[in-house]
Amino acid sequence: MKKDLLAIADLTREEIYLILDTAEAMREIGLRPIKKVPTLRGKTIVNLFFEPSTRTRTSFEIAEKRLSADTLNIAVATSSVLKGETLVDTAMNIEAMAPDMIVLRHASSGACHLLARICKSRIINAGDGMHEHPTQALLDAFTIREHKKRIEGLKVAIVGDLLHSRVLRSNVQLLTRLGADVCLSGPPTMVPAGIERCGVRVLTSVDEAVVGADVIMMLRIQQERMQGAFFPSLREYFTVFGMTAERVRRAKPDVIIMHPGPMNRGVEIASDVADGPYSVILEQVANGVAVRMAVLYLLAGAPEMD
Amino acid sequence: MKRLLKGGRVVDPANGRDGAFDVLIDGDRIARVGRDLPIDIDTSVVEIPTGFVVCPGLIDMHVHLREPGQEHKETVATGCAAAVAGGFTAVACMPNTVPVNDNAGVTEYVLKKAAEANMARVYPIGAVSRGQKGEQLADIAELRHAGCVAISDDGHPVATALLMRRALEYAGMFRMVVIDHCEDQTLKGDGVAHEGFSASTLGLRGIPGEAESIMVQRDVALAELTRAALHIAHVSAHQSLDAVRYGKTRGAPVTCEVTPHHFVLTDDMLASPRPYDTNVKMNPPLRDDMDRDAMLNGIVDGTVDAIATDHAPHHYDEKDVEFDRAPFGITGLETAVSLSLDRLVHSGAITLARLIELMAVNPARILSVPGGSLSEGAPADVTILAPDLRVTVSVAAMRSKSKNTPFDGWQLRGGIAATLVGGRVVYVNESVNLRM
Repeated sequence: MKKDLLAIADLTREEIYLILDTAEAMREIGLRPIKKVPTLRGKTIVNLFFEPSTRTRTSFEIAEKRLSADTLNIAVATSSVLKGETLVDTAMNIEAMAPDMIVLRHASSGACHLLARICKSRIINAGDGMHEHPTQALLDAFTIREHKKRIEGLKVAIVGDLLHSRVLRSNVQLLTRLGADVCLSGPPTMVPAGIERCGVRVLTSVDEAVVGADVIMMLRIQQERMQGAFFPSLREYFTVFGMTAERVRRAKPDVIIMHPGPMNRGVEIASDVADGPYSVILEQVANGVAVRMAVLYLLAGAPEMD
Repeated sequence: MKRLLKGGRVVDPANGRDGAFDVLIDGDRIARVGRDLPIDIDTSVVEIPTGFVVCPGLIDMHVHLREPGQEHKETVATGCAAAVAGGFTAVACMPNTVPVNDNAGVTEYVLKKAAEANMARVYPIGAVSRGQKGEQLADIAELRHAGCVAISDDGHPVATALLMRRALEYAGMFRMVVIDHCEDQTLKGDGVAHEGFSASTLGLRGIPGEAESIMVQRDVALAELTRAALHIAHVSAHQSLDAVRYGKTRGAPVTCEVTPHHFVLTDDMLASPRPYDTNVKMNPPLRDDMDRDAMLNGIVDGTVDAIATDHAPHHYDEKDVEFDRAPFGITGLETAVSLSLDRLVHSGAITLARLIELMAVNPARILSVPGGSLSEGAPADVTILAPDLRVTVSVAAMRSKSKNTPFDGWQLRGGIAATLVGGRVVYVNESVNLRM
């Protein structure tokens, strides 16, 4: 594996499968009465979060603790960033204390590349701006594979705010790499220019996009996007793009519905779909811990497992 | 004192010369250009090596010297040192200093600093609007009287058509060209890179080419309406060149410039070789292959009138940040000639004479300033090019105070041998065999 995990492009196809296979073993640890192995004992991992996050930060922290790493969390509100320190200075100060890994969440695309250039510590991207969120895509792939036993050849529809979504960008990279047939749907105001060149189709009609889908992946709509004139109202968004039970019926009978969270019920997804039998949304969260354990373990140089 | 530049290839398109000539300089003026000029007892002879080119001093009509107010990025003195090292005998500096050059006090200050530096000539460009706020006109007659050669709100577009119309009409009275940085702010939004595949995959907010061309189209229409001279700064989008071309066919008094980075680089540089390199963040942004090729075509077919650098120095602390937080702009004075010789002349796209038109003749004409020719009696502003010199760009060797360039380490063919301003040798390249 490369030193850092900044984007899905950093991983070969074999490494992706290695992470998914390793995550299977990691999940088993979470089922034990004592959910802890000494694998990363003595390793220091800094969770450096410049954006609020509940799910991802908690998931990384649980993963780190189950592997016995020494972890500490730095959140923006308690850091010296408020005193006007640059990201580079913050990073160099943390680096001076010689952590083994830094898990970074930042509002600017490419922030983790900046850190990777100046830090000896391994950098794991936990979401950078609109760019990527690679561990989310890995846990999504893990969840899909668990249900469908494969990824190649599956029809995956991804629906929502394509423009601002880092989850979308990582999933497009990963799913196309593994041979899925990926179809995107969202308002034309929120489609990244030239995204078709990644080997995906873009359909404006969500009704067409979900036809025959094995997987429907919903993306979060940020409520303030109306101000940018991306769409007129949440009500209208739900009418045109919201995932309703009626739309789900156009997909395969065994379709699974995914959402990276946090969900806006009644905006991008109807509650009966989110809570319905096809929903694997909470499984995604559970799998996130196992997948992140696998990533941490493999990046640390795959020391002997206990 | 007289100095004879003997035996070089003289390229002086304004006088239709391209061949082996001697150039005799007497004091600060060109005395004669001819073959086998007689050598007086008080004439020092400079033997110009074979292959070197003697041409009128190059003029960069778009630079940011940052003084007053941002001397940590550049000063008039360091900017002028960079200019002459890059072969420029004159630069026109934009008014977005702190405070803005919208009054005689700032203009005079810049000119005083330029006189103290005593390197390149400096032609200040005054603001179109007071404080570059786009509300009311700056005191343009006062700026003219103090020494401004043009007006521009560069860095900001002139947002309303009405103010742009008035600026063209009013500045036209003093025969001052209005230089517009064309950008529809609403379309640009908070964009930081060209809207296209690279920005999309990197998650960077996009700026479409139309954000520029929409305002170019507006300005061309206003130039036609007012019949006043309009110059479009740093054209980057193919649609903008089409608008300029259209205006020219209609006889509108419009000219335009292109920067070396827009005819050399594309937005592929955002992703590779160094992802999110803030030294490829500039405004307007690097665009795609089609736009880059359109710039080259415009240079060849004559739509483009000038090559200007938009030299925009920034301190490395300011650039060593997240991509979306970094300021726009790169330096250009010390790379423009090598890039132009390599990518335009040696590639066979244009002749050397055409390059001199783009970098000397036309900038002088557009700004109505002296220079651009080796006519007898003209100021002895002369650039000596070494067109076949192998140059490795090195930021460490640069004279600009700032090092924000994406071209560090590039190997290019063509460089500067020496620069003379008013007959005085202000730069000699130590790596060439030329004894001045």
